[in-house]
Amino acid sequence: MSRWIEIGNLDDIPVLGSRIVQTPRGDIALFRTGSGAVFALRDRCPHKQGPLSQGMVHGTTVTCPLHNWEIDLETGEALPPDEGCTNTYATRVENGVVMIEFGGVS
Amino acid sequence: MPALAGPEALDNAEIAMNKQRLILVGNGMAGIRTLEELLKLAPDRYEITVFGDEPYGNYNRILLSPVLAGEQEFEQIILNDEEWYRQHGITLHAGCRVERIDRARRQVVAQDGSTAPYDRLLLATGSSPVLLPVPGHDLDGVIGFRTIADVEQMLAVSRSHRDAVVIGGGLLGLEAANGLLQRGMNVTVVHLLDTLMERQLDRTAAGMLQRSLEERGLKFRLEAETEAILGQERVEGVRFKDGTELAADLVVMAVGIRPNIELARQCGLYCERGVVVNDTLQTFDPRIYAVGECVQHRGVTYGLVAPLFEQARVCANHLAEYGIGHYEGSVSSTKLKVTGIDLFSAGDFTGDERSEEIVMQDASAGIYKKIVLRDNRIDGVVLYGDTVDGAWYFQLLRDGTDVSDMRDQLLFGQGNLGNAGHGGENASVELPDDAEVCGCNGVTKGEIVKAILEKGLFTLEEVRTHTKASASCGSCTGLVEQILADTAGGDYSAAPATQPICKCTDYSHDDVRNTIRQAHLTSIRAVMETLDWRTPDGCSSCRPALNYYLISTWPGEVQDDAQSRFINERVHANIQKDGTYSVVPRMWGGVTSPDQLRAIADVAEKYKVPLVKVTGGQRIDLLGVRKEDLPAVWADLSAAGMVSGHAYGKSLRTVKTCVGSEWCRFGTQDSTGLGIKLEKMCWGAWTPHKFKIAVSGCPRNCAEATIKDFGVVCVESGYELHIGGNGGVKVRATDLLCKVVTEEEVLEYCGAFLQLYREQAHYLERSAPWLERVGLSFIREQVVEDARRRKALCERFLHAQRFVQQDPWAQIAGSDEANRGFTPLKVLEES
Ligand code: SRM
Ligand SMILES: Cc1cc2nc3c(=O)[nH]c(=O)nc-3n(C[C@H](O)[C@H](O)[C@H](O)COP(=O)(O)OP(=O)(O)OC[C@H]3O[C@@H](n4cnc5c(N)ncnc54)[C@H](O)[C@@H]3O)c2cc1C
Ligand code: SF4
Ligand code: FES
Repeated sequence: MSRWIEIGNLDDIPVLGSRIVQTPRGDIALFRTGSGAVFALRDRCPHKQGPLSQGMVHGTTVTCPLHNWEIDLETGEALPPDEGCTNTYATRVENGVVMIEFGGVS
Repeated sequence: MPALAGPEALDNAEIAMNKQRLILVGNGMAGIRTLEELLKLAPDRYEITVFGDEPYGNYNRILLSPVLAGEQEFEQIILNDEEWYRQHGITLHAGCRVERIDRARRQVVAQDGSTAPYDRLLLATGSSPVLLPVPGHDLDGVIGFRTIADVEQMLAVSRSHRDAVVIGGGLLGLEAANGLLQRGMNVTVVHLLDTLMERQLDRTAAGMLQRSLEERGLKFRLEAETEAILGQERVEGVRFKDGTELAADLVVMAVGIRPNIELARQCGLYCERGVVVNDTLQTFDPRIYAVGECVQHRGVTYGLVAPLFEQARVCANHLAEYGIGHYEGSVSSTKLKVTGIDLFSAGDFTGDERSEEIVMQDASAGIYKKIVLRDNRIDGVVLYGDTVDGAWYFQLLRDGTDVSDMRDQLLFGQGNLGNAGHGGENASVELPDDAEVCGCNGVTKGEIVKAILEKGLFTLEEVRTHTKASASCGSCTGLVEQILADTAGGDYSAAPATQPICKCTDYSHDDVRNTIRQAHLTSIRAVMETLDWRTPDGCSSCRPALNYYLISTWPGEVQDDAQSRFINERVHANIQKDGTYSVVPRMWGGVTSPDQLRAIADVAEKYKVPLVKVTGGQRIDLLGVRKEDLPAVWADLSAAGMVSGHAYGKSLRTVKTCVGSEWCRFGTQDSTGLGIKLEKMCWGAWTPHKFKIAVSGCPRNCAEATIKDFGVVCVESGYELHIGGNGGVKVRATDLLCKVVTEEEVLEYCGAFLQLYREQAHYLERSAPWLERVGLSFIREQVVEDARRRKALCERFLHAQRFVQQDPWAQIAGSDEANRGFTPLKVLEES
């Protein structure tokens, strides 16, 4: 069963920045793009588990802080020539509040 | 409908409906490269059709030589197979010649009578081998060396016949001759002049080359003019002006190439030797562009791929209607692709009364190097036997670097200037496939070779993105370049003289900084809008650079953009491989106290810091601090009077000192005290790359001042100031800037030098490579010889310092707002 969980205010995530959500199964990184969209990814780079939340956001891409792989925020996939993928979670913003979907198809 | 609407004028749906038609004539290296660049910039702008005379997709013509020699297979040299054209929605007519262009109706007419309309046309018809018009030149078995078909014919003859004659002792002729020799033929090279490759080599190098080719079994007839090719239907021999004859079952003519311009000329485009184009690669008909060997630009035609790829980049930019790039011509370099012979030449090496030569010759080792200088700049290079430094000289040549300061070292190569770790490992041919080339990323030679062949890579940049080799510390760059040269037949990174900052723009570091200054731009957004950035928010390469240029140009005025800083600078600590951070408090001049040590010990215990370590920069590092603990750690350190050590920043790092005259029996001045003064003056400064200072109390130099960006060596009569040292990947000892007498002068010169570096170096360029790029003399002029300039520089530095000397740790620890970024947005107990 999938369910939506309220995470916090959109304003608390910097534009072109990120904040994390701690869960018992590891951190989730929430990214806010220049156009205002919010994406949620498991906070582990497919390369060597770098914390993607600490990377730099541009367009709908984040650059991993450890070895500069570029990860697509929409799909969680590394951009070529690198190969690999991290989990994504659906997100929704309502009245300035960010929500993430757990247990759904991701 | 405007045929050429700007990129913003149409939305995507409209573009799809109104797609313009682009036709490429010539399915070769330059044309397809242009399409590849175009697809990167504007994948949906055109409906593309390609006509190619040869019945295949695009292949790497350069590698025909190794194919002939049996070192590679045809399949390996295909660059774009038919699947590629399909994937990109390109219609390919392979094996179909275009006979005519009808400019009035805007259509091309093909061999089979079919026509195809265009909105824009790209000509890339390449060139053809020149066949000497001597009697018998049309006999069977007389061919040029240009296409797969030519190579197939040579291979067929080599299987059943013995004698081959190659006319032409240039690059192409020698590669053909070597190939045929490898295939077991008896080969004679005939050349009109008395030295080989006279356009690339000087006499000495040509002689060495000839001797080693003779040792392999090639025969030469120099100063021989061909009078006729003999035979009835098939070729049987060659006769020379002096009446002598040579038997031949195959004659390869490699006496030069002629641009294919018939098509252009016939439809009335202005041509001279080639199709004449302007700096945007446009012909005299604005709808028709041309690139490659068929082109004549500023009076020059080219016969090597590096310049053609540069043309391709600019042309694609204009086809995509970005309209930024300009092609301004290229200098090219040559390598001979005969395995086991190392030969490199670039530029103009003939010299004249205004030029000077530096030469080194070691006949028994088979090494010859010649550098031609004009006005202290490299004008030409010839290397034989040891070509490791070819790329470096070529870079100096293209950059027009003033080499007067390194003249005495120049011939010994870049390695001689210091290269930690990789000394000697430079001969790529002998390296086994499993040898590790890139120590940072663990990439072997075999992996690099495989990527080059399978993915059709040409440039160092491409090898870096695909394999990561040389992408980190860069010390194996020379070796990777060599592997690239051996595998792909050259390194085509012949980057334009000025490199764009990154893929988001065509503007260089200097362009951007000048625009920021002249147009008084004060935000990243404004820079991107003014200079038409291609991406909405730039990328992780350009954003930090823009941020640096802005804050260093307009101190106190520009808002520092945290999101455009690398994580370390954003959180004022160094990220570690496990996502924790390291904390290095500043210890002025390396001096500490029991109180400070106690505070550090307390912090280490309180926050369970896994490792406490003394660093190479004379500070103490607390490693493994969790991100959420950082503000509290800093608050505790602040309370004990300590500030950030900036061990994480492109900024002033540490000022290393020795004990000096206060304690040491050899000390001449108070080096510790001076170091502290320097650190108090400079801390907090943001710089293009990190900046390190040291002060040693005497020439024994215990603080290693002569490998720092700015080093002071105290002597009885005052202070020696040294600049441009580097102890990292590539060790470089400093150059002496000057000697001064008082501490005040040391501070002033240091501030001035630091400011000049801040204002002029490119982002991520350390002081050592910057110094080598602009020259020591330039820096002396600015900082030493002109007192007014020095004072002005130092004043600008001190002015900028007023805005940055606030401890970032205390600021964050003391503010909830700033603190927030260090904690999770939410903690979920279950998921
Ligand atoms: C901590 C320290 C090693 C140690 O345990 O001693 C260190 C650690 C790192 N060095 Fe260093 N360097 C340290 C002294 C040095 C020195 C010695 C010195 O400063 O006297 C050098 C050679 C001198 C020089 O820079 O010219 C040095 C040359 C480098 C280089 C190569 C720079 C170059 O121009 O070639 C890098 C890579 C870079 O900056 O791109 C580097 C990068 C790094 C990084 C930042 C790598 C990274 O990006 O994560 C390491 C951070 C680890 C951390 O979290 O603290 N480190 N590094 C030293 C900290 C000094 C300090 O107190 O601030
Ligand atoms: C054996 C050999 C070795 C070389 N080695 C090197 C080297 O080491 N380094 C280096 O930099 N360069 C080297 N070169 C040169 C390099 O290959 C050329 O500079 C490059 O291929 C030129 O690219 P281009 O697109 O202008 O022409 P091409 O690659 O020749 O492409 C032109 C294409 O257009 C086709 N064409 C022409 N007219 C028509 C028409 N009317 N209709 C349809 N199609 C047409 C031709 O058939 C051809 O396929 C070498 C060349 C050869 C032959
Ligand atoms: S601390 Fe410096 S030398 Fe040591 S592993 Fe890290 S970057 Fe390399
Ligand atoms: S861990 Fe992300 S790039 Fe290496």
